[in-house]
Amino acid sequence: MKNLVILGAGTSGTMMANHLVGKLPKNDWKITIVDQYKTHYYQPGFLFLPFDIYTTKQVKKKGKKFIPKKVNYINQKIEQIFPEENKIKLENEDINYDILIIATGTKIAPEEIEGMKGPKWQKNIFDFYTYEGAKALRDKLRTWKGGKLAVHITEMPIKCPVAPLEFAFLADSYFVKKGMRDKVEISFVTPLDGAFTKPKATKALHYLLEEKGIKEVTDFNLESIDYENDKMIDYSGKEVEYDLLVTVPTNLGDELMVRSGLGDDMNFVPTDKATLQSKKHENIFVIGDATNLPASKAGSVAHFEAEILTDNILLYIDGKPLKEEFDGHANCFIETGNGKALLIDFNYTHEPVEGTFPFAGIGPLNLLKETRMNHMGKMAFRWIYWNMLIKGTHIPFVSATMTKKGKIFD
Amino acid sequence: MENINRNEEGYLTDFSQWTKDVGAEIAKDKEIEMTDQHWKVVDYLQGKHKNEEALSIRGIKKSGVVNIKEFYSLFPGGPLKISTMIAGIPKPKSCI
Repeated sequence: MKNLVILGAGTSGTMMANHLVGKLPKNDWKITIVDQYKTHYYQPGFLFLPFDIYTTKQVKKKGKKFIPKKVNYINQKIEQIFPEENKIKLENEDINYDILIIATGTKIAPEEIEGMKGPKWQKNIFDFYTYEGAKALRDKLRTWKGGKLAVHITEMPIKCPVAPLEFAFLADSYFVKKGMRDKVEISFVTPLDGAFTKPKATKALHYLLEEKGIKEVTDFNLESIDYENDKMIDYSGKEVEYDLLVTVPTNLGDELMVRSGLGDDMNFVPTDKATLQSKKHENIFVIGDATNLPASKAGSVAHFEAEILTDNILLYIDGKPLKEEFDGHANCFIETGNGKALLIDFNYTHEPVEGTFPFAGIGPLNLLKETRMNHMGKMAFRWIYWNMLIKGTHIPFVSATMTKKGKIFD
Repeated sequence: MENINRNEEGYLTDFSQWTKDVGAEIAKDKEIEMTDQHWKVVDYLQGKHKNEEALSIRGIKKSGVVNIKEFYSLFPGGPLKISTMIAGIPKPKSCI
C-alpha cells in the first residue's frame, strides 16, 4: 500500500482529497489528510461578516463533513516535514508518504509590523482575514460613531488581492445605509501605485473611487504603527492618521515551511508554475496559497489548479511526463457595494478586460463592469463553494485554463 | 534608447533589450546617478524576476543587499517602482 498525504484541509486540501479519492486505485493507495483545526471556514465570507451581511453561521462548518469517508482524516498539529526521508512528524505520531501535497495556505502575521499587534489590536486596529478579526470588526462597526477609516494593505502578496478594495466599497455603502456617510472619511492605503494597477482595469474602474469618495494613498510602505497617536508611518517618513484602521497584515506561508526548510523568504514553497510540482522534490506537489506562484492567492485559482494537479498526480504515478498546463487562471467577483459587483477573469499573461462570461457574446455575467447580475453571482457562490467547489465537482462551462472567447483585447 | 520597447509608463516590455547602459539611462531620467550599491539592488531584483518570484519590501529587507532606509535613499519616491524600471523588469502590481 502506498501513501498519499495532503497537509492542510482548507479549500485546496479538501478539493484534492475529493478529486483523488475516486481516481487513485483503491487497492494500492491510501489517502491521508492532516489539519490541526476541525472547522472549515468559507473565507470569502469574512468580507461580509463585518457589515452584518453574513452571519457567523454562514461562514463556518465542520471540516469533517467535506472529507470523503474513505480518506484518513487526522486532526493533529504538523511539526515538521523531512523531505529526504519522505516522513512527516505530527504532534502524536510520524507518518510516511510516497506523494505529498502541501496545501497549508497563508496566514496573516500582524506581529511583523511594530505596533500593529499591540494594545490597540482589535480596539481600533483590525484585520478581516481571520474569523476572529472579522467578527471583532463587526462588533466595532455596530457602534462606531465615525471618523477617519483607513483601509490598508501592508505588503504584497496577499490573499485575495481585491478584498481590501471590496472592503472600502462595502464600507461606503454600509455607512450610507446607516445615514452616517458624512461622518466617515475613507482612505485606501496601498504599497502599490494605485488601488488599481493594471491599465484596462484602471481605465474602466477608477470612477468607482471618485463616485464613492474614497481617497487613495499610494506607494505607502508601512514601517511601523504609532498606536498611541493612531498613525501609520512609512519608510520614507510619510504618515497616515486614522481613527479606525482596517489592515491586511503581511501574509506569510505556514511556519511549518521554516521548520522543514521548504519555504522562501515569505515561507511560500517554490513551485513550478505550470505543473505545480515543488522545485526541490519531485514527489512533493504544492497547491493554493502555499505556493510562491505569481498567480493570485484565491479560491478560484486553487480550484483551477486542483483540476490540473489531479491529472499530474496520476501522470506522476504512471511515470509519465507532467502536463505543463496551469496558466495562472483566476476568476473573481468583486463587490462594489449597493448590490452590485464586477467580475474579472485573467491569467499569468492576460490582464482582466471587458467582455461577457462564461458564454461569448451572451454572458449572463459581464467582465469588468458593475452589474446586479454579477452581485447575484457572488452571492450564489457561497452555495457553489459548500456544495460543489470543495467537493471537487467541475463547475459547468468554466475551464481550468483561461479562455479568450467573449473578451475584448482591442 | 529609441530602439528599446517600453510601455506607456516607461517599463521595458522585453527584458532581452536591457543593458547596463539602458538602466543607467532610465536612472538618469529619474535623476539617479547609479553607484555600485544601486547595481547590487538591480542585480538582486533581476534574479528574483528570473526565478519568477514576487517582489516585496520584505524580500529586500531579508536579501541582505540593502536595508530599507538605504533602499529609499537610493531610489527616492517609490523605491520598488523606480528600481524595477531601471532593472528592466515589470512594475510590481496587483491583479486589477
